[in-house]
Amino acid sequence: MNVSKYIVAASSAVAVWVLSATCAFAETNLEFIQWWEPEMPAGALRGIMDEFEAKNPGIKVTLVSGPYSATHDQIVVGAASGTLSDVVGLDGAWVNGLAKQGAIASMDSLMADAKYDPSQIADIIKVNGQSVMFPLASFVYPVFVNLDLAKAAGVDKMPTTRTEFAAAAKKMTNTDKNEYGWVLPLSLQNPGGIQNDVMSWVWASGASMLKDGKPDVENSAVVGTLEYIKSLQDAGVISPGIFAKKEQDKVEEFVNGRVGMMIDSLAHINLIRQRNPDLKFGISALPAVDGYSGKRGLPYASWGIGISNSTEHKAEAWKLVEYLMSPEVNGRLVSLANAFPGNVHAKPDFSKSDPLFEEAFKIYQSGHLANEFVGLPVAEDLMRDMNVEVQKMFDGQQTAKDAAANTQKQWLVDFAK
Amino acid sequence: MSLANEGLIVTPTKVRKRGMISYKTRKRLIPLFYVAPATFLFCLLMLFPMITVLRYSLMDGAIMKKDAAFVGLRNYVTIFADPVFWQSVGQTLYFTVMSVIFHLLIGLAFALLLNTQRVHPVIRSILRVLYILPWLFTAVIIAIIWRLLLDPNGVVNSILMALHIVNFKVEWFSSTKTALHALTFANIWAGYPLYMVSLLAGLQGIPKDLYEAAGIDGANEFQKFRYITIPQLMPIIISIALLDFIWTMQVFPLVWMTTGGGPIHATEVLSTYTYKLAFSSYEFSQASASAIFILIISMGATYFYIKHQKAR
Repeated sequence: MNVSKYIVAASSAVAVWVLSATCAFAETNLEFIQWWEPEMPAGALRGIMDEFEAKNPGIKVTLVSGPYSATHDQIVVGAASGTLSDVVGLDGAWVNGLAKQGAIASMDSLMADAKYDPSQIADIIKVNGQSVMFPLASFVYPVFVNLDLAKAAGVDKMPTTRTEFAAAAKKMTNTDKNEYGWVLPLSLQNPGGIQNDVMSWVWASGASMLKDGKPDVENSAVVGTLEYIKSLQDAGVISPGIFAKKEQDKVEEFVNGRVGMMIDSLAHINLIRQRNPDLKFGISALPAVDGYSGKRGLPYASWGIGISNSTEHKAEAWKLVEYLMSPEVNGRLVSLANAFPGNVHAKPDFSKSDPLFEEAFKIYQSGHLANEFVGLPVAEDLMRDMNVEVQKMFDGQQTAKDAAANTQKQWLVDFAK
Repeated sequence: MSLANEGLIVTPTKVRKRGMISYKTRKRLIPLFYVAPATFLFCLLMLFPMITVLRYSLMDGAIMKKDAAFVGLRNYVTIFADPVFWQSVGQTLYFTVMSVIFHLLIGLAFALLLNTQRVHPVIRSILRVLYILPWLFTAVIIAIIWRLLLDPNGVVNSILMALHIVNFKVEWFSSTKTALHALTFANIWAGYPLYMVSLLAGLQGIPKDLYEAAGIDGANEFQKFRYITIPQLMPIIISIALLDFIWTMQVFPLVWMTTGGGPIHATEVLSTYTYKLAFSSYEFSQASASAIFILIISMGATYFYIKHQKAR
C-alpha cells in the first residue's frame, strides 16, 4: 500500500516537472541590455516590459541594466564572444563597429516580413545600406541662455545668427566678475564636445562634414565654423580652461551663473532646476550663419535600439523593438525620459514636465535631427582626432584651415580601416 | 593464533602493494599539493591574461575580427612608428621619475619631522593624521580635488593672484606648458604618505646607540643624518622606490580623470595611450603591443627589486 502511494506521488512530481519544463521550453526569454533603466524613474522600464509580456504571452524579457560606460564594455565583450543580448541598447557612436563585426543584425528583412512602415521612424541608422539601429528616444542639444545675465548685459532677444550670438556673448562677458558669454568643453577624456559644441554649428546651418559618406572636413562650412569659434576665443568670451573642461563642468558653470550661454542636452533641464532653483534660463535653436533660412539641424544624442545577430529569437526580438517603437509606447517612454520620440507619430505628454520641454518640442519640430557622427566608424576616435586638431588651433599652433586639413587626413585613415 | 595471521600486523610489502603511489613519491608530491591552489590562481589570474595579451599583440584585429590572423611583430612596428607613443614614453618617464624623487624627499622630510622629539607629541599626532590624509583618498577623489583647486577660477589661482605671484588665471590642466607639471604635482601629493609611513617605521627602528656613539665622536646633526640615518634607511628606500616606480608608471585613473591625456598630447602617458587604442580606436592588437611594452619595463624594475630583496 505504502509503495503504491510513493509511486503515485513520484509520478505526480514527474508529471508536474514535465509540464513546467514544457512550459519553460515553450517560453522565449529575451535578454535586453541597455543603460536606460537607471536613468528612468524607478520601475518605469520594467513596467513597459511587463505590459509587453502581457500582450505577448510566451515571451519574457530580462533587463540587463547598468551605467552607460559599463554597458558599452559589456556590449563590446558580448559582440566579441558571440554572447550579445538578444535586444541591444545602442549609441550611435558604437553602431558602425558592431555592424562591421557582424554583431548586430540588419532589421530590413524583419521590417519587410512584418510589413512595417519605416517612414514612421524619425531617423533609421544604416551601415552599408543595412538598417541596424532605430533611435528610440532623442535628447536634443539647444542653446541655453541665462536670462538674468542676458538682461543685465542688455541682450534682449535670443541670438538666432552667429553674429548675434557673438555680440551677445561679448556683452555677457565680464572677466572682473568671472562671467563669460560661452562655455566650450574640449577635454580629451570625453571628446563629445566636438559633436555637441563644435560641429553642431555646422549642422545648424544645414551644412555637412561628409560628402557621399566620406570625410569632407575641409569644406568652407567646417573651416568657417572653426574660424568662428576661434574668433570667439580671441574675443575672450569663452570661459577659461577649455582643454580640460568636461560636459559636467560646462553645466556646473552655467548653473553657478558664470556663463551666459551653453549648448547642452535637454535632459539636463531638471538637473539645472534642482541645482539652482533661482536661475532663470531659456532655450533656443542653435544660431545659424547669417542669412540662412533653411531648416536647422539639431544635434542630439539618442537611445538607439537594435537586434543581436547571434540571437536565436530574432522574430521575438523584433516584436519587442516594434512594440517600443509604436507611437503610443514610444510617446509614453520618451515622456518618462524627458526625450523626443523616435516614432514621428508619437505624441509625448509634456504636461507634467518642465514648460521648457514644450518649447523645445516646437524647436525640434521646426528643425531636424542632425548628428553626422552617428553610424560612423570609430566615431569616438574621429571626435578625439578632431579635438586634438582644434586644440592645436586654439593653442595658436595652426590655422582653422590646417586644423580641418589635418582632421581630414586623420579621418581618411580611420575610414579606410 | 599469531597477530600476523589475523591480519593485524601489516608487512611493508603489503603497504606498497595497496597504495597507488610510493611513500617517496607521495613525499615529493605533497608540497606541490600545498602550492597547487596558489599556482592555479596565479595561472588563471596572471599567466593566462598575460599570455592572451601577448597573443593578441601578435595578431591582426584581435577581438574585433573573427578571423584574426598572426602578423608577427607588425603591431609593435606600428606603435613604435607613432611619434605620440614615444612622446608618451618620455612623459611617462618624467611623470614617474619626478614622482618617485619627490615622494622620497617629502616622505623623508615628514618622517623626520614626525620622528623628532623636539615637536610636542600632541602636535606630532595631529600632523601624523594630516600628513597621511592624501593616502586615504581614492584616485577619483584626488582627481576631483585637484581639478577644483587648479581650475582657472580655483583656490590656487586666487591665492597666487592675491599674493601677486601671478597676474592672470593660470590654466594649470588646460595649458600645454603646465599640464604635465600640474599632474605630476597632484600625483606627488597623493603618493608621499607611503614613503612617510615606511620611513617613519625605519627611523624608529634605528638603534639610539649609533647616534650616541656618533655624538661622542663629535658628529653634528647633518653628519649623523648623512652617515647613520640614510645608510640605515637605504634598504627601505630602495624597496619602496622600486615599487613606486612600477606603480607610478602604470597610473591611469588620475591622468584620465584630470586631463584625459591632453591638452593635445601634453599629458599622454603609456596607460592613457594604451587605453585610447583599445577603447576608442578598437585597435586591441596595438593596445596589447603597448601593454606588453609596459609589462617589459615593469618587469625590468621588478627584476632589480627581486635582486635587491635577495641581496638583503
